[in-house]
Amino acid sequence: MIYNLSAGLFENLAKIFTTGKYMNMIWQGLCSTLIISLGAAVTGLVLGTVVALVKIQPKTGATAVPRAICNIYTTVIRGTPMALQLFIMAFVIFAVRGFPMQLTAVLAFGINSGAYVSENIRAGILSVDRGQTEASRALGISTGCTMLRIVIPQGMKNVIPAIGNELIALIKETSIVSMIGLIDLTAVAKMIGAGNELATYLAPMLVVALFYLAIVYLLTFAIKLIERRLRKSEKK
Amino acid sequence: MKRNKAEKFYKTEKTPVEPYDPAALIETQHLTKKFGKLTVLNDISEKIYQGEKVAIIGPSGSGKSTFLRCLNVLDDPTDGYVFFEGNNLCNLRVDINLMRRRMGMVFQQFNLFNNKTVLQNITFAPVQTGLQDLRKTRRKNILIKFCNLFKSKNKKTPALPAQQTKKQIKEDAKANAMRLLKRIGLADKADVYPSTLSGGQKQRIAIIRALAMNPKVLLFDEPTSALDPEMVGEVLSLIKELATEGMTMVIVTHEIAFARGVATRVLFMADGKICEQGAPEQIFNAPESERLKDFLSKVL
Repeated sequence: MIYNLSAGLFENLAKIFTTGKYMNMIWQGLCSTLIISLGAAVTGLVLGTVVALVKIQPKTGATAVPRAICNIYTTVIRGTPMALQLFIMAFVIFAVRGFPMQLTAVLAFGINSGAYVSENIRAGILSVDRGQTEASRALGISTGCTMLRIVIPQGMKNVIPAIGNELIALIKETSIVSMIGLIDLTAVAKMIGAGNELATYLAPMLVVALFYLAIVYLLTFAIKLIERRLRKSEKK
Repeated sequence: MKRNKAEKFYKTEKTPVEPYDPAALIETQHLTKKFGKLTVLNDISEKIYQGEKVAIIGPSGSGKSTFLRCLNVLDDPTDGYVFFEGNNLCNLRVDINLMRRRMGMVFQQFNLFNNKTVLQNITFAPVQTGLQDLRKTRRKNILIKFCNLFKSKNKKTPALPAQQTKKQIKEDAKANAMRLLKRIGLADKADVYPSTLSGGQKQRIAIIRALAMNPKVLLFDEPTSALDPEMVGEVLSLIKELATEGMTMVIVTHEIAFARGVATRVLFMADGKICEQGAPEQIFNAPESERLKDFLSKVL
C-alpha cells in the first residue's frame, strides 16, 4: 500500500521541476497566492487599526454608533466560517459579471483578517502605559499626534508576534480561494495531480507544501527582523 | 484627561463663572472633582501668582495630585473652573493644547517616552508644536490666496509671514535641548534610550523636557517619590536652582524639609479642601488647625 503511494515519487518530483508547463503553473499559482495574501494583509491591517482606534475611544454619545458598528463587525466576522464569507462575497455581494475575482478574494480575506487584527492592535494600544499619553498631552501635543508618534509605535512592538501569527494564518487560509474558481498554489497542485497530467497527487502536493513552507519561513524571518528593530529601545 | 463631551448635559448644574483675577497666573474657582460618589476635591478656590513657589502637602488621598492634575485639565473637573492667564481651561472652545504648552508638568513616574532617545524626548514637543504651527500658517495662507483671487488688486490681503522652516525648527530644538542637557551634565547621554538611565537622571531629564517648551509654570507631581533616597538630592537641587531663577512652581511633595526651603507658600490639603495655608515658617512652626498639627507630628 505504502509502496504504491510513493511509487515513482522522485521521478514525478523531477518531472514537475523540469517541465516548463508545470513550473509555469506553479509560478502563476504562487503569484496568485502572494497577491491575494498581500492585498488581504494590507486591507486587514488598515481595517484592523481603524476598528481598534474606534474601540478604544471613551464611551460617549458621539462614539456610540461607530462603536456598535465595530462590535457587530468583529462578532459577525469572527463568528462565521471563512469559506462562507468568501462565498457570500463572491456569489452575493460582488456577483457582478466582470468584477475581478481576485479583488473579491482580497476583500473577503482582508475583512476577515481585519476583525482578528483589530483585537490584537487594541490589546497593543492598551498595553502602553497611560503615563506616556499623559506626558505627551501635558506637553501640549494633540491627541492624534500622541497616538501616532508615542502610543502606536510602542504598542506595535507588543503586537508584532500576534500580527505575525495572523499573517501566517492568512497566507495558509488563502488556499480555499479555489472554491470560488481562482487558481492559487493549492489549486495548481490539484491540477498537476489530475489524471490527464501526472495522475498522482503526492508529488505536486509535496512541492506546493514546500512553497507554502518557504513563504511562511521567509515571513517569520522578516517579522523577527522587524521586531528586533522595534525593540532597539529596550536594550540595556 | 479626556475632555468631557457630555458636558452640555449637566451644564445647568455648574456654578456660574466669576470674573477672574487678572493678576493671578492660575486661578481655580470652586474646583470640584468627583470619582463616582467619592468627592476628591471639594470646592477649592485658589490663586497662584507669577513667581510664586507653592508647595502642596497633606496626607495621602487628600486630593493633592488630583488638584495638580486639574490645574492643566489632565483630569477634567466635575465642577468649577480653572483659569490660566485669563483663559478658562474648562471651556471647550479654548484650545487646551496651546495652554498646556505653557504649563510644564513633571510626573512621579517620570513618563519619559520609551521609544525615543533622550534627545528626541526633549525635542519632541518643541518640534511637533512648531510643525503644527507651520502647517496652520500654511493652511491659512492657502485660504488667503484663494480669497485674493476674487479681490481687486489694491485690496488683496497680504499672506501671513512664514515662521521658521522645518529644518530651522528642528535645529533650534536640538540646540536648545543640548544646552539644557549640558546644564544638568547629561550631554553624553543624548543618544541613549531612557531604559538605560537611573531614576534620578530620568527625572532630571523629565524636568528639562518640560523646560524645553519655555513654560510659564511648572507643575511637579511628587517628583521624588519614586526615587531611591540617594537620587533625591540631585533632583531637588535642580528644582531649587530653577526656583532661584524665578520660575513659578506648584509642587506636590512629601519632602517637608524641601517644602520649607523652597516654597514661598505652603498649602495643606486634607479631605479635598485646603485646610490651611501660609508662609512655610507659619505652617511648620505655628500650625493652627488640629489636622495640620496631627499631620506634622507624624511626618516631622
